[in-house]
Amino acid sequence: MSRLQKSLERGEFVVTGEIGPPKGINVEATLKEASYLRGRVVAVNVTDNQSSVMRLGSLGVCVRLLQEGYEPIFQVTCRDRNRLALQSDILSAYVLGIRNVLALTGDHPALGDHPGSKPVFDLDSVSLLMAIRSLMEGKDLAGEELDGKPSDLFPGATVTPGADPLEPQLIKMEKKIEAGAKFFQTQAVYDPKVFENFMNQASKFEVPVLAGIVLIKSPAMARYMNENVPGVFVPDSIVKPLSEVSRKDRPKKSIELMAGLIKELRPLCQGVHIMAMGWERYVPELLDACELQAPM
Amino acid sequence: MIVSEPKPTEELVDSLSGVDRVFILACGGCPVGCKSGGEERIAELADALSKAGKEIMGRAQIDFLCNKALVGSQLWYYLPQLRRSQGVLVVSCGIGVQAVAKMVDLPVFPANDTFSSGGMQGLWPSEERCAGCGDCILDLTGGICPITMCSKGLLNGTCGGQHDGRCEVDPERDCGWYLIYQRLKELGKLDNLKKIPPLRDFRKREVPGSQRRTTRWALEKGEIYEASRPTGTE
Repeated sequence: MSRLQKSLERGEFVVTGEIGPPKGINVEATLKEASYLRGRVVAVNVTDNQSSVMRLGSLGVCVRLLQEGYEPIFQVTCRDRNRLALQSDILSAYVLGIRNVLALTGDHPALGDHPGSKPVFDLDSVSLLMAIRSLMEGKDLAGEELDGKPSDLFPGATVTPGADPLEPQLIKMEKKIEAGAKFFQTQAVYDPKVFENFMNQASKFEVPVLAGIVLIKSPAMARYMNENVPGVFVPDSIVKPLSEVSRKDRPKKSIELMAGLIKELRPLCQGVHIMAMGWERYVPELLDACELQAPM
Repeated sequence: MIVSEPKPTEELVDSLSGVDRVFILACGGCPVGCKSGGEERIAELADALSKAGKEIMGRAQIDFLCNKALVGSQLWYYLPQLRRSQGVLVVSCGIGVQAVAKMVDLPVFPANDTFSSGGMQGLWPSEERCAGCGDCILDLTGGICPITMCSKGLLNGTCGGQHDGRCEVDPERDCGWYLIYQRLKELGKLDNLKKIPPLRDFRKREVPGSQRRTTRWALEKGEIYEASRPTGTE
């Protein structure tokens, strides 16, 4: 059983982090980013060709993390692989020691750096979760028997608490749970009221929810997210204080604001998922500021 | 010509569960040529549905259901029957089903599965698209096609890229699943969103050999006219 699964089952308030593989094979910088998370998070997500930009694979970096003593969360999207490749890669991940898998539909390739590539989407997040459950039970999607079953995989999924309208998101969340999702990591949340409204409707599912936090580094980043990231809104209560300090003082101000946000979100959910986007070095300070201790 | 094949009767009856009063609307175009439509098929369907305990409120054949203007003007004559119906069984390709869904305020149910055409369509002057996936689920999606209206062809609802009802790929493009959500809400059928459809079978992208033969031959040998002639008028 993965440490993530154990921690969630014990009812601990769980902190997870996230790193993005490099475009190329030099993983040192990525591992350096991960090193700031060591001992402070239960597990580290590794993104899968994030934003449809071709990079070093999630599986490769997950294995490097394992070798360095971290627990990875293998992100798997449906954009690039059909049902054979997805199932096969999940089995490969298992024999390499990976247990946590986050199932995502994935961005459309048209948004990335190979915009003319074939969008696969043979499965989607829901049917991928069904595939994982089927593998865990010892059968593939075609119903064929497996030689040895990866029964202690720990599948998770994502949800957007700020989606408008919220109703179809909640219906899909329920489908993901029905398909086997055991935990959720959310899209970035900045407004505790929006998150509270979401949790009021989602807590009945009784599946742990880790609130997503993308560290806001600058007012420009906040504006970019407001204009371009569906279901995410950074309110003035974050943008304004950040724009009132000098560039040099932004990290300090951002940590203060994000710590305040996490404290407000904490009673509403089962953990937080911190996406530092290159600001990993500030994560220990942020967790100290929210009085979140290193996991057991 | 767009190639379509009758759905198995059992699947049709299943899709109509809870819909007791049915209007049968058939296309007088391509389905007549590939024998998935025509007077004979309409009669068969009426018979099968009656046996399943459904009341047939009316039946009509319109040339061509892919043309919304024709559909709208012709359905005018059937308004009383339509008002008493709970759903419309549409005997056409996927475009026709979507066109009818836009013109009537009732749930629509596809009677056929549509395969890729590889040839010319009937009229099809509007925005509805059919990918010929061969596994029509327009009955679940309020008559809006998730394969062609969603940029990713997803089967299980909106992805994280839906933004103000638009798609992440292009701000000018509607999110197909957002439209489906709105439509199902209007129809009081939001429960449909909770259903998980079977995985797609990509073998069905190929037109079955038997159908390929039938439609080509029908066109070349004039069988299409034979098929469209009402039975018993030799």
